[in-house]
Amino acid sequence: MKKVQRLLILSSICFSGLASTATLIHGAGATFPYPLYSKWFTDFQKVNPDVQINYQSIGSGGGIRQFTDRTIDFGATDTPMTDEQIKKVGEPMLHVPTAIGSVVLSFNLPGVKTLKLTGELIAGIFLGEITQWEDPRLKAINPDLSAKGSILVIHRSDGSGTTGVFTDYLSKVSTPWKDKVGAGTAVNWPVGLGGKGNEGVAGLIKQTPQSIGYIEYVYAKTNGLSVAQVKNKRGEFVEPTLKSLTAAALSEISQMPKDYRLSLTQASGKGSYPISAFTYLLIRQDMSKSNKGQGLVAFLKWALSEGQSRAQTLEYAPLPPALIKRLEATLQTIKVVP
Amino acid sequence: MRQLKKDVRFADRFFLACVRFLALAVIVLLLGMGFFLWDASGTALKSISFFTFLTTSAWDPVRDVYGALPVVYGTLISSFLSLFIAFPLSVGVALFLNELAPPFLAKVLGFLVEMLAAIPSVVYGLWGVFVLVPWLRTEVQPLLIQKLGFLPMFQGPAYGVGMMAAGCVLSLMVLPTISSVSREVFRAIPENQREAALALGATRWEMMKLALLRSSRSGLFAAFMLGLGRALGETMAVTMVIGNRAQIVSSLLAPAQTMASVIANEYAEATSDVHLSALALVGLLLFGITFVTNAVARLFIWRLK
Repeated sequence: MKKVQRLLILSSICFSGLASTATLIHGAGATFPYPLYSKWFTDFQKVNPDVQINYQSIGSGGGIRQFTDRTIDFGATDTPMTDEQIKKVGEPMLHVPTAIGSVVLSFNLPGVKTLKLTGELIAGIFLGEITQWEDPRLKAINPDLSAKGSILVIHRSDGSGTTGVFTDYLSKVSTPWKDKVGAGTAVNWPVGLGGKGNEGVAGLIKQTPQSIGYIEYVYAKTNGLSVAQVKNKRGEFVEPTLKSLTAAALSEISQMPKDYRLSLTQASGKGSYPISAFTYLLIRQDMSKSNKGQGLVAFLKWALSEGQSRAQTLEYAPLPPALIKRLEATLQTIKVVP
Repeated sequence: MRQLKKDVRFADRFFLACVRFLALAVIVLLLGMGFFLWDASGTALKSISFFTFLTTSAWDPVRDVYGALPVVYGTLISSFLSLFIAFPLSVGVALFLNELAPPFLAKVLGFLVEMLAAIPSVVYGLWGVFVLVPWLRTEVQPLLIQKLGFLPMFQGPAYGVGMMAAGCVLSLMVLPTISSVSREVFRAIPENQREAALALGATRWEMMKLALLRSSRSGLFAAFMLGLGRALGETMAVTMVIGNRAQIVSSLLAPAQTMASVIANEYAEATSDVHLSALALVGLLLFGITFVTNAVARLFIWRLK
């Protein structure tokens, strides 16, 4: 009996100790930036032990839902919320872009190292209109292409921000795609096999000769898959690199609206890769009801300064400095406990 | 002494109340789950009738058009395909272990077969992705296309992933369920029935046919249905190898989609209310189908006893 008592006392001391020192902040959402966020949260806690951030990568859709239902302190999403979704939140809120990610087209063609694609060609392949690797339309811009046989299209089977960015791009560059399929986190694919998650798609591409699919850049890199060059708005064929992502962001930044909801696909700048996107954190404007607001704002400031250099090691492009300046001013407007 | 007795009676009654409460809680939980799914699918049922949902095949989250026919088809075909492979295998395993194998071997093998049920389904999925699918694509399917390509079942390109891969992985997963129930069924048959058959001059095979298989038909049917119930609801392993394409085609080499895997795939990123609600409706449908299958199996087992 005494033992139990002692244990109870001990544990109550432990818990009260925890509660008084660290502020626990809960967030949930996008899986696409999860590798980056989990690194950020642990690194941030090292310099700021008072704030503990708990993030669950349940998907952008889930992040938006839970943010709207107020079960979490902040959300995360790859595709900005729609006006209708924002209306449902019922109070002022902010989209805070944190990094730039890209979607790449990976292929498995034995003996082929480089492949050039245009928006129309990608749409044609994913619509099932271009079915053979020796199609004259492909040959026209890839004269040395030795690949033969039917094209095996691989897409995501699960709803995802990656699909959202990819279909947003295709809807911009191809009217047939826009009319037949459209843009969304899950769409009605005309052809192809579905793999679950980026790793599922990457695995299928790696295993299956003559296949092509879209994945997040970091997965192509870690799996050693070949990546296609894509024609941008200026007519250049660009490979996805941190440089070409930053170029895309720089060229579009003048268009950036006040609420930061901006699609980066088909960016107009020189040397910019056309299939890229901001990933966002969703924050409430008024966080003065608890002391969590301070912790969250401190984290955002850290992420926009210290955190940016750490993004590159995980293949996310850092935000342009001009945008960071604007964001820092916006962070000042968040209401926190004085 | 008297005091003690009273206490014991109270404790007994208290325990009975507790156990009764827990037993009822299970039923309430089951009804609650059904009700929750029905409630959650309300939004979808407002925009689409249940009949249209069940009989159309477009699944387009962008335009909020939902039809569940291809996923129902995928679920049923992949499950029956797996039982087509697993049922004869499991009954064979049960016969061998119960009637033919030496006791020591029976013990070890029986344990190993039952171990199959303890392997997490994601491990089956990984095995499917890394071992089964490449083997099907490079060895089995080209051969099937070449030799049996005139059948509609074996037409089209060899992807590896697809209905056939899902059926094969599922068959391994339902094998322990069917074989352990069949073993119970065979065990329930009185020894003297076997002896009678043998005494009349039956060979071992004839004895099994006459004394065991014939008289355990309803028991084996129950085993079949329990296996089916397991196959219908399996999610992870199937999602990893089925190719996730909601379509109705006759070829077993083509990709397909099941009810469980469409929910697992799309729930996390579903943003529109109708989409979420349509997924709940698929869940309700799956709940109903598995409930009926298991209920039928149970009825047969009760009748047997």
